Parts: sequence; C-alpha cells; structure tokens
Amino acid sequence: MRKTFRLDEIDCANCARKLQDELAKIDGVDAVSVNFMTQKLTLTAADERFDEVLDRVVALAARVEPDCEIVR
Amino acid sequence: MNKKQRRWRNRIVIALVIFFAALAVEQSGLLAALFGTPGDVYASFALFLVPYLVAGYKTLLEAARNIRRGDPFDEAFLMAVASLGAFAMVFFPDTDPHMAEGAAVMLFYQVGELFQSYAVGQSRKSIAAMMDIAPEYANVEKDGELVELDPAEVAPGTTIVVKPGERVPIDGVVTDGTSQLDTAALTGESVPRHVEPGAEVISGCVNMTGVLHVRTTKPYGESTVARILELVENASEKKARTENFITRFARVYTPVVTISAVLLAVVPPLAGLGAWSDWILRGLTFLVVSCPCALVISVPLSFFGGIGGASRLGILVKGSNYLELLAHVDTVVFDKTGTLTSGIFNVVAVHPEAGVDPDYVLSMAAHAESFSDHPIAVSVRAAYSGEIDREKIDEVREESGHGVSARVNEHLVLVGNDKLMAAHGASWHDCDLTGTILHVTVDGAYVGHIVIADVVKDDAKDAVDGLHAAGVRHCVMLTGDRADVAQAVGTRLGIDEVHAQLLPEDKVAEVERLLAGEKDGARLAFVGDGINDAPVLMRADVGIAMGAMGSDAAIEAADVVLMDDRPSKIAQAMRLARRTMRIVWQNIVFAIGVKVLILVLAAVGVANMWLAVFGDVGVAMIAILNAMRAMRVER
Repeated sequence: MRKTFRLDEIDCANCARKLQDELAKIDGVDAVSVNFMTQKLTLTAADERFDEVLDRVVALAARVEPDCEIVR
Repeated sequence: MNKKQRRWRNRIVIALVIFFAALAVEQSGLLAALFGTPGDVYASFALFLVPYLVAGYKTLLEAARNIRRGDPFDEAFLMAVASLGAFAMVFFPDTDPHMAEGAAVMLFYQVGELFQSYAVGQSRKSIAAMMDIAPEYANVEKDGELVELDPAEVAPGTTIVVKPGERVPIDGVVTDGTSQLDTAALTGESVPRHVEPGAEVISGCVNMTGVLHVRTTKPYGESTVARILELVENASEKKARTENFITRFARVYTPVVTISAVLLAVVPPLAGLGAWSDWILRGLTFLVVSCPCALVISVPLSFFGGIGGASRLGILVKGSNYLELLAHVDTVVFDKTGTLTSGIFNVVAVHPEAGVDPDYVLSMAAHAESFSDHPIAVSVRAAYSGEIDREKIDEVREESGHGVSARVNEHLVLVGNDKLMAAHGASWHDCDLTGTILHVTVDGAYVGHIVIADVVKDDAKDAVDGLHAAGVRHCVMLTGDRADVAQAVGTRLGIDEVHAQLLPEDKVAEVERLLAGEKDGARLAFVGDGINDAPVLMRADVGIAMGAMGSDAAIEAADVVLMDDRPSKIAQAMRLARRTMRIVWQNIVFAIGVKVLILVLAAVGVANMWLAVFGDVGVAMIAILNAMRAMRVER
C-alpha cells in the first residue's frame, strides 16, 4: 500500500533529505519519500503491516525532526 | 507569514535591539569605566551573550540533539560551533575579542533562515494557487433540490448542475443549457469556449455565463482534473540529474569543509606557523560557509517553479528530469496528423471552370453527397453554406472508392476522383494543390473540382520556426499519409526531414534510427496526439502528447502533456525548460563559486566572519530569489 501524508513545518531541504534517509532505514518500510517542496511524505509498506510501520515512522520523525509533524 | 514565522521574526527583532544596545554600551567605554581591564572584556562577553541566546537558543538545542543522535554534520551544529567559537576567543587574551561577531553570526543566520522559510512558503503557496483547480463539490439534484456532494461520491451517468462561477467538477456531456467555459486553468488559453447541449465538458474549467446540466461520463477519480492534480503532485518525485548531483554534493561538502576547518585550526599552529587564536578563528570562518543550503534549497525550488510555471501555460511536465531533458532536445519528431495538422478533413479550395460559380460546384457536390457519411462527404457538406433540399435528389449511387453519382434537380451529377471520371468518359484536368481532388461534372460537362485536405494548424509554422529559433537542429515529420501530401506540408512548414507512408511500427523504427544518430548529450523529443503512438512516445527521450484534454492514453504514455492542441506550445515549453536550467546552473555556479572563494580567502586569513555569514545566508537568499524567477512565465 502506498499512502501520502502531509508534513507540516518541514523547513529545510537538507532536513527533508535527512529525514528521508533515516525513515528509509526502518524495518518494514518498502519505500519512503519526503518531498520538501510539496510538504508530502509518501510511504509504501505491506498492507498488513502498514499501520504498525506508520507508527514507527511517526515516532522516528518526531525524534529526528521534532519541529515537523506528520498529519495522519 | 504563519504563526511560527511571526514568533520567530519577533524574537529576531528583540535580539537585534538588544544587540545594538550592547554594541552602543561597548563603544561608549562604559564597561571599561565600570569593570576596568580585563574585566570589561568579560562584561561585554556577558552582554553579547543575551542577544545571542535570544536569537539562537533553538539552534543550540537542535545542535545538541543532533550530537546526541550521532549525526552532527548539520547546519545548526556548525552554526553553533562557529558562533560559540567566536565567543570563546575571549579566552585568548592576546586577541581582539570577537563577541560581537559571534552574536552577529547567529543573528544573521536567523534572519537568513527566516527569509528562506518565508520564501519557500510563498513559492509553495503561489504554486498551490496555480494548481487550485480542484473542485470542492458537485451539485446533484435530489427530490427537486440541489445538494452539494463530494465529487468523488458522484457516479458516472448522474446529472449534475454547474452554476455560473463554479468549476466543472467531473467530465461529462452537456444535456441542457449553453454557456462559455473558461479553460485558462487547464490550457493557459484565455479565449473562452462555447458549449451547448451535446458538447463534452472537461472538469477543471470554470463555467462563466449560464447554468449547465451535465451528465457525468466518468467518476471523479478518472476525470481530467483528478488526473492532472495527481500528475503534478507526483512530478517532483522524478528528480533531475542535476538535483541528484546536488544531493550527493551536499552529502560530501559539509563533512569535507568541517574536517578542513579542524585541520586548519590545528595543523598550522602545531607546525609553529602562527598564533592558535588566529588559526582557530580561520577554522571557525570555514564552518560558517560549510552549509550547502543555498544549493539544496534553490535547485529543487527552481525545478519546482519551472514545472509550476509550465502548468500555468497548459504544459504539464511529469518530472524535473523531463524538464532537464527537454532543455537538451535538439531533434523534434512530429507525427503529422493531429499534431501539425488538425486531423479533420476540410475543403481547402474550390476551382471552378471558367464562367462557373464556385458555389454552384459546391452546391452540386454537396447535394450529390448528401446521403453519405464518408468523411469527405461530411467535409463537402460542411463547406456548403446553403440549404440542402433532399427532395430534389434521387438515383444516388455510391461507386465505392471512386465517388458518387446522383440526379440533382433533374441533372446527372458525378462527384469523384479521376478514376470515376475515366469510367464515365468525362474529361477533367489535374490540380496543382495536394490533397484529395473531387472532380464534379453536371450532365457530362466538367464544372470544376474541389480540393479536400487535412488542414495545417494556424500555428504549425510558428511552432517549427520557434523550435529552430530555440536551437532545435532537426525537425522531422513522420506520417502514414501519401508522400506528395506529406512533402507539401513539410516544405510549407520548413520541416527538415519528412518520412511518409509509414505504418505505426515503422514510426518506432524511424525514431530508433534517429535516436541512434543523436550526438552525445543531445535529446530527441517525439510529439504525437496520443492516439496510436504510445510506443513511440515511450521510446523517445521525451514523449510529448498534445490535445490531451480528456485523453487518458496520452496522459499515461507521455512525459510532457500539452493540454490543448497548439504545437507552438512545444517551443514555449523548451524555452521554459532552458530558462529553468539556466537558473539552476546560475545558482550552482554562483553558490559554489562564492563559497569556494570565501574558503580560500578565509584560509589565507583575508576573509573575516562577517564575509562568511554573507557566504552562507546571503548566498542562499540570492539563490532563492533567483530560483523564484523560474516560476514567472509569459502567458
């Protein structure tokens, strides 16, 4: 499943790139892209694990970039 | 500005006020009077620490967090080290104190960051406004009342009502009402389109004058507007090579500069080449310019702006990689029908014999052809302005592949090609125009001929000229049409190379051959109308589909989609792509150039920290302002 979320307060392109690199390392994430310009996060993960993976993505994002918020 | 940015701005203003107050106090000599020497140095240290912390405490916290995470090569960390380092110079009693500089570095850094955040927000907003074509609701009649529904909930075949000023939410066919539609948001075309019952309407257009009842033909998700939005939103996922280069560069640049800064601060003084304080200051100056922000923000911003600007012209680019490729196109291959020509057969000339009225020739032909639905018959009838009285016509005989014979007003009329004429022993003469020639005889006497051809679009010549002017070396036309017709069109438009009588698979082979002949770095674009040419669109470096309003296949297969069917948009798209690339490279060269220059000057001790701050935030600001130019397009 592939889903897109809005990312609030992602202020710098370098941070967006770093966030993407970090999130890609999470177990269960098939693909993730953080788009600085459109403020969007696109996550691809297996259907049956999607919610669990998303929780982990949100948790890690909060640690890496506390300013920015993933709108679910 | 949003709430966060306003708070940020206020914090900076307060810090600036305190900073200048501190500067005034320091200059007045008050500190020396109160605390003596060297106590005044420590006093001013404390004094400048206030604006520094007010402006930069968030950055310091972020830096601390990055260190904990084990990923210190971050802008915040580098700024913190550089500015704190400048403060720490107070512990080298033999040097000029640099407290003011330390605070100033942080202040200007904050001003620059706020500006970046604001500028990016603005450009996001203006692009969002450009793409603001999403309909919010659809009016559906229920029990005699109009209900506003989410367009996604409306099933195909439902009748929806579109009032003046509203956006057509879903593709459909007009069942009732006439109006003018503003298609500018989709095509960039400012002339409104007239619609009446039976006309197809495309979602995303704005209804201007009358109430329309529309029977929907598609669900919202498959309607034009939903497809366009999806396409534009995904456009920034496909990154240009330049963008990837910048990302890789950024990953290397910061660590390299940081390590150099450390070496610069430590090695020369160890080798006995001067004072520690001097070299440490140079190292700190290095750190200030070590952030690749100017590049990392301005390059994607330029591409994003270019794509946004293009969409305002009705040119949808599916990714910044295609924008980049488009800028390097030097061969453009056109499919003739539907691209350079309208694909609709039309009467282009009527040549009567001496003494015969041209209207008489058309009238006879239109009457004789009045029962046929062959495209040629349709075009003859369309060209005839008078009434057709079917009562006057009898004995209609279609002679397949040749023409038609009929009795019109008691006169025997023959309409057809030279084979028909020969079969009936009529005399005729040829025409110097190319196209399909319809000879007409009345009671065995030749009255003239009608020339029917696929009409070349108004702006086709401009399109080819525009491409040549934009630096395209080679314009090629491929067609399944007859060689003489193709050659005539090609010569008239100034096409460099014409290949006629091609089957669809021949077109792929021809494009393959042209691709093989391309020079290194040069790209080939194929332009088609999206019907039957999906394989060629995909094979070319850049596939351009035109007249795509409502055609799903074209939107799928192409890399660049022209919303209307004007070929001159191609040259416009190329100019825009080249301009975007120019802006991208200006930013890359400018940002890297200035930074390297400052690094060199700092290493030899000429550049001070003020200059370095400019090298960081100043360069980023200029690069962002330059990038925002990519968004502005001439309509």
